[in-house]
Amino acid sequence: MQGKPGKVALMVAWSVEAGFYVAAIAISLLAGALVMAAAGVTPWEAYELMWQGAAGGANSLKETLVKATPLLFAGLSYSFAYRCGLFNIGAEGQIYVGALTGTMAALLLPPMPFWVHLPLALLCSFLGGALWAGIAGALKIGRGASEIINTIMLNYIAIFLISYMVTGPLMDAAGSLPQTAKLPASAILPQLGGSRLHVGFFVAIGTAIVLYWLLERTTWGFQLRSAGLNRRAAEGMGMPVKRNLLLAMMVSGALAGLGGYVEIAGVQHRLMQNFSPGFGYDGIAVALLGNTHPLGNIVSALLFGGMRAGANSMQRVTGASTSLVYVIQAIMIIVMLVNKYWLGGFKKRIREALIRRVERSDSSSGSTQLNWNE
Amino acid sequence: MDVATWSSYLASALRLAAPLLLAGLGVLFMSRSGILNIGMEGMMLIGALAGVVGASYSGNAWGGLATACLAGACLGALFGFLVITTGADQVIIGTAVNLLGLGLTTVFGRSLLGMGTETVKVDSFPIIRIPLLADIPLIGPALFEQNALTYMALLLVPAAGMLLYKANWGLAVRAVGENPLATDTLGVKVHRVRYACCLLGGVLAGAAGSALSLGILNQFTENMVAGRGFIALSAVIFGRWTPSGTMFASLLFGGAEAMQLRFHWVHVPYQFMLMLPYVLTMAALAWFSGRTKQPAATGIPYKSAANRNG
Amino acid sequence: MTHTKIREDTTSANAPILETRNLVKRFGSFMANDHLNLTIRTGEIHAILGENGAGKSTLMNMLAGLLEPDEGEISYRGKPVRFRSPRHAMEAGIGMVHQHFMLIPALTVAENVMIGLKNGRGPWFRHAKACADIRRLSESFGLDVDPSAKVGELSVGQQQRVEIVKTLYRGADFIILDEPTAVLTPPETEELFRVLRALREQGKTIVFISHKLNEVESLCDRVSVLRSGKLVASAPMKSTDAAELARLMVGRDIVPPAPRPVPAKSEPVLEVRELSLRRNNAALLQRVCLAVGEGEIVGIAGVDGNGQRELCEAIMGLSADSAMEGEIRIRGSVVPRPKPKTMTELGVGYIPEDRQQDGLVLPMSIGENLILKQFRSKRFNRLFTLKRSRIREAAEAAVREFKIKTPTADHPAGKLSGGNQQKVILARELMQRPKVLIAMQPTRGMDVGAAEYVHRRLLEERERGCGILLVSTELEEVFALSDRIAVIYKGRIAETVDRAEANVDTIGLRMAGL
Repeated sequence: MQGKPGKVALMVAWSVEAGFYVAAIAISLLAGALVMAAAGVTPWEAYELMWQGAAGGANSLKETLVKATPLLFAGLSYSFAYRCGLFNIGAEGQIYVGALTGTMAALLLPPMPFWVHLPLALLCSFLGGALWAGIAGALKIGRGASEIINTIMLNYIAIFLISYMVTGPLMDAAGSLPQTAKLPASAILPQLGGSRLHVGFFVAIGTAIVLYWLLERTTWGFQLRSAGLNRRAAEGMGMPVKRNLLLAMMVSGALAGLGGYVEIAGVQHRLMQNFSPGFGYDGIAVALLGNTHPLGNIVSALLFGGMRAGANSMQRVTGASTSLVYVIQAIMIIVMLVNKYWLGGFKKRIREALIRRVERSDSSSGSTQLNWNE
Repeated sequence: MDVATWSSYLASALRLAAPLLLAGLGVLFMSRSGILNIGMEGMMLIGALAGVVGASYSGNAWGGLATACLAGACLGALFGFLVITTGADQVIIGTAVNLLGLGLTTVFGRSLLGMGTETVKVDSFPIIRIPLLADIPLIGPALFEQNALTYMALLLVPAAGMLLYKANWGLAVRAVGENPLATDTLGVKVHRVRYACCLLGGVLAGAAGSALSLGILNQFTENMVAGRGFIALSAVIFGRWTPSGTMFASLLFGGAEAMQLRFHWVHVPYQFMLMLPYVLTMAALAWFSGRTKQPAATGIPYKSAANRNG
Repeated sequence: MTHTKIREDTTSANAPILETRNLVKRFGSFMANDHLNLTIRTGEIHAILGENGAGKSTLMNMLAGLLEPDEGEISYRGKPVRFRSPRHAMEAGIGMVHQHFMLIPALTVAENVMIGLKNGRGPWFRHAKACADIRRLSESFGLDVDPSAKVGELSVGQQQRVEIVKTLYRGADFIILDEPTAVLTPPETEELFRVLRALREQGKTIVFISHKLNEVESLCDRVSVLRSGKLVASAPMKSTDAAELARLMVGRDIVPPAPRPVPAKSEPVLEVRELSLRRNNAALLQRVCLAVGEGEIVGIAGVDGNGQRELCEAIMGLSADSAMEGEIRIRGSVVPRPKPKTMTELGVGYIPEDRQQDGLVLPMSIGENLILKQFRSKRFNRLFTLKRSRIREAAEAAVREFKIKTPTADHPAGKLSGGNQQKVILARELMQRPKVLIAMQPTRGMDVGAAEYVHRRLLEERERGCGILLVSTELEEVFALSDRIAVIYKGRIAETVDRAEANVDTIGLRMAGL
């Protein structure tokens, strides 16, 4: 009997939270529908087309997975930093730098077998992203400069750097477009059965699982989470907080960098300007919706990837811009944040009312609800 | 290089600096009241579109400016509600506003103004030539043959300075940005001050957007702000959170952009010119550390004394 | 002598300016102010005396409009008032100088004073005029401030004067000062007292919150003592003295504890030699010497803020920002540079004063909080991976053993009550079987049952052979647990006496610096 009220409270709290979560998504879709209507698109038709494009068949599903891949990497990048108490708004730049260093490894290294070349290129992208984020991390630790501002600045520096590289030193000698030469086959992520779906998606899922394990199961992840939640206590317990924060920032950047090269090696097969339509920023939304939990990120990345894939087919049919997805995504972030920050008191009242009801029926009917539980 | 080229370079530097300056002043007011506005990019985009739509319906650029400012104010109010009243994370809200701006302007840009080649072109702000001054060689044509909004942007700098440093309200703004609790104990309504700054920031963002779409390009194109919202943020930081500093930074960054457009003979790849604002800002941030700091309460939501009880 | 004369004239004759009737403030189930009936008279300097946590600040925050009472009434100048914000209190004429100054370092003195006010017509702020006004006002009260200086460049004493000017400029007749001398040097304190006396001569009423008895004695006309949220005494200063006030503050009735076997003299497990600590030119600790033997509890008595926290943090290696001299020895060998990790490895356990900020990671589970110091040990870690079942077992064992009230063993620590949070910390520190335990305020804010449990556990650790340094502001607790007792006053420890020889009255006097 001791633990029962706690369990009921936990269950009620959980279901209220879940209810609001679903409501938030529904409200966002509804608001998206209003925007569609205002833009002259029939919402019902548009959503149906989006569903078709995202999950209406094997090819649509594969496209969803392709679109979800970079989003997942970016989401993981933001989530990881966030869990360690850092704000990495720089996934966009880290994606570009990771793509650049990966591509350089792919193009500039002497020919070698697939099983050496591809991992090497992936490693280079990993390191590239880590170094790029490490700049902001080092400035934070060493000079106390805001990592928020610095990562934003580094985004644009990276974009222009890549723009320079693909119009200058790395430009495809055979063409006139601002892009590199095609990657050698040994540095490309294999595609599955001739479809656009590439191994990168599974790399992303694997990364999410590894990250989950790293954060929740390892001693290092334990230190990072402690520092993220209460830096002072972590220092007091004798953990090397500063070093950990720098490393956390670098891992966060590395994840984004890896995502950058996976997108190049899986989809584009060459580095070009503006290949990322803001994956890095979308990552923040993915992370937020996934509650900054590595596995939650998988779900939200699939949701956003599906919306992207669906939006493409919607655009083909109705002519409405794929940018509708940005609008829905933005509204979703806003609604989720309002849910998280503003409705606390309201939710508490609902929770208490529900618990009272459960308890009342508990005492009157001899605890029917929980009998099976004991 | 002849005088005419230099003169036209200066003129275009100033013209390109105007939207940065307007947006920068918007960021500045919000920043001084303790609100980090990462969403300036999206706000400017909406301002740019609203400017063109307003101008095409009303038939003149001033109608466009008014529409842009109004749209900006609405967005500022929304931003204010989210970061002040709900106390949501300012960084994430800023990102959402950017996304919203990009999405809404792309969707409605197409449905309101048409796509591709048939984009609506509108009248731009009239160019005002100030007699006598404009006849000064070199700087005359550069500084005194600008469009009205550019003059306005420049005149707003002393106005913002007066407001921030010489008015009671400005003192309240600066105090709120440094220590909202202390300011509250002195009887200033913290949330009201912050809302006012958000509205002002929104209006200036709208004006900055229309300075781009009506002052420079005379049309709306997708994602036309292209990072200028973030450059404006940089200008504020590089200008050490003061109006005049923001102006000099805007002029410097505008000059770098004009250099990239004008002087192809410069043997620096243009991308490096475009990087300049961001690199300088990072250097400045690292350099300032321990001296000039951003307003102390930046990014922290404030719960008023009465609310804290509950 | 003129002061004394005025003092006699005013205190006897003046009418009450502020009264509280059955004032109650609760934080959750904690009664911070328990039906307070306080009377403050016009033109007096009224001291509110009490330990940290006695409810002084809560009371003052209600008077100044920062908190609203749950029950009861405040009447000011004969009329009931209800302040919904500091602004309302200020408009009524009540100003407060907070312990942590409400100043903005980046602005000038004049700007700090003028925030939220108008000077002159129109929306403009006239700095020169404000400076002139402030100079005139401050000179009339003998306050020396430079209105055009930046606050961040002023000394602490000057900043405090700015705070006083702020309240005066707003026309306050009733000024509350929360622990105003805590941050001041002795000459600055003298200067403050001169100003406060000058203010009284001009008819202002002053409430002076403190726990420094000698200051209260030399400055105040009346004194009220709070203890555990209750008003235990309110009397004219003339009719009482520091010794009596000390007893009122810490509790009069100390039950002599049952005699315990005196531990055999042994090598000290913890030894502090000539420890001095300076931060920003302020001496926090001065040549402190201490020794704690095996199986011995040494109690440090003292009024809050006399260096206890600094002493414990210095031993634990948590005061990296301060200049430290002296020696810390654990079981005979010197620790050259104390750091939290090395101290833990040497077998030093630590119960910090602020359990939520320093002792726990609140959103983490009980189990995770238990292993914050031991996650590297073989027991919980294999190849950098946490052994989750072991952590869960440890949590369940701790819940059972320490009787932690929680729905499940993996409940977040932040959702437990204060007493149960403390038990989690205790469980973590004792799990390592420490040779030395530093316990700061181990039962503050806990109910009687939980406090008794903590006491019993500490005594059990003593039996086991652990040397315990107990820091407490509750004299009762110090007497109940300690084998030897020392008093810390202004960062100094004079001598350590055996409990059998210690006398409550003399210890109380030492705590007051007498």
